[in-house]
Amino acid sequence: MKRQIPILLVLVFGLFMVFQYFVPHESSEWIYEYLLDWITIIGVFALVLGIWSLFRVNYDKLRQHKPDRGYSVVLLISLFATICFGFLAKVDGSWGLHFSTTEGLQSYMYRHAYEYVIRPIQSTIFSLLAFFIASAAYRAFRARNVLATLLLAAALILMLRFNPYLGPLGDYVSNAANWLLNVPNLAAKRAIVIGIGLGMVATALKVILGIERSYMGKG
Amino acid sequence: MTIFEKMMAIDRRWVFLLLAVVVVGTYAVSFQIPIRINSEVRSIYEFVGKLQPGQIVYLGIDYDPSMQAELHPMAYAIMEHCFRKDLRIIFCTLSQYGSGMVDAAIHDITDSMKLDQTYHGVAYKGRELVNGVDYVFLGYKPYFILQILGMGQNFRLPFPIDYYGRPLDSLPIMNGVINYKQVACVIDLSGGNITDAWVSYGQGRFNFPLALGTTGVMAADYYPYLNSGQIFGLMGGLLGAAQYEQLADNPGPATDGMRIQVFAHIVIIAFIVVGNVGYFTSRRRRATEGR
Repeated sequence: MKRQIPILLVLVFGLFMVFQYFVPHESSEWIYEYLLDWITIIGVFALVLGIWSLFRVNYDKLRQHKPDRGYSVVLLISLFATICFGFLAKVDGSWGLHFSTTEGLQSYMYRHAYEYVIRPIQSTIFSLLAFFIASAAYRAFRARNVLATLLLAAALILMLRFNPYLGPLGDYVSNAANWLLNVPNLAAKRAIVIGIGLGMVATALKVILGIERSYMGKG
Repeated sequence: MTIFEKMMAIDRRWVFLLLAVVVVGTYAVSFQIPIRINSEVRSIYEFVGKLQPGQIVYLGIDYDPSMQAELHPMAYAIMEHCFRKDLRIIFCTLSQYGSGMVDAAIHDITDSMKLDQTYHGVAYKGRELVNGVDYVFLGYKPYFILQILGMGQNFRLPFPIDYYGRPLDSLPIMNGVINYKQVACVIDLSGGNITDAWVSYGQGRFNFPLALGTTGVMAADYYPYLNSGQIFGLMGGLLGAAQYEQLADNPGPATDGMRIQVFAHIVIIAFIVVGNVGYFTSRRRRATEGR
């Protein structure tokens, strides 16, 4: 029963989701909306499970005095501080934790943590990428063989395609870049997308028909 | 070590330093560079330009602060263009840190819309944008595929209240707006796999006009959808944003950033050339010396 009931549920709901796509009837739409609500509710439990797992892994690192436990301390403090900031609001002139006020959405503390911590940190990390890309491009883009030369040429053309200092050469470079994007790139991407799509259909069918059972774990 | 071998092994700190000097230098010196417009950005501008006052555009701000340098200027340019044309906007974010991005953009654009401006020689009087009338911000919900599907049924399913806690039915902008059928187009700005979900689960299922704004590195991935007609426009990175700014006669941070990007690219190309000259010359020398 432990195996048959989940397989049966997957079969019924999987087939329903496939067929309802082609049935625009009111009752079919109603069940579909109802199932969307269910998925959201199940998703919330997954979120709680994720937070618990994150807490547990980092708490264990602290307990076992692992060498990189300092990061865990920062993570746990940030985790709980952010949750508190989300609920901390000033209602009727006094600060407190409020779980159902609209002020919670625009909390002063949360906004400040966002503006002055998250935003600069994320922007800084992403902007560092430019420097690593420059260094990596210098080291990796060597015309060692035909394929590497093609890659190098394509990269140079795409980087130069909107460079305004190329003079009359600019139009040729721009046209070459458009050709690269719209012919070889398009063909390769389309093949990959179609391949992924077919793979997804095959996997979904295997799950619906109970052939692929790894989602149930070892049991 | 010969000079050519040295050319192949420049310490990466020199690469970083030179790039930093160029970035800071081009940022400090103010000059404009001409920007060529490509058809995939022009088609978004023209689509928005043809909409009638009062029509609704859904603008998905599905990115985090890490991508704000590339995607925020796109959002600003599109918002200002829409509001100037008296279009109404439904904002939503399916990215966990996106709420702050939308909030900041709304504050900045509502402020700039209060000023009298001239675009393409046409004077526009400043006006106060009203939250709930000219725009609505639905807020953020996790599990983006579910939200895209849910909004296709009814915006009120995933978002019964807006970001500011007001029921959607109490907002004039949402009067008669049920789902994507009442929206003129969806423009999604994203730097992750939310973009794929909009194509597959949004446009694929509900068949609305969709345009995408992506980071520069992602743009090439979405040309198949442009070619197949699943999306009617594509803006790639800072360049896409700068092109939209140029089309809208509203030069902003992206146009400014282009001079930095162009010179940074020149530095990267110079290093690649130096590396390859060193590589080929060393190889030839080794061949002639019989090593």
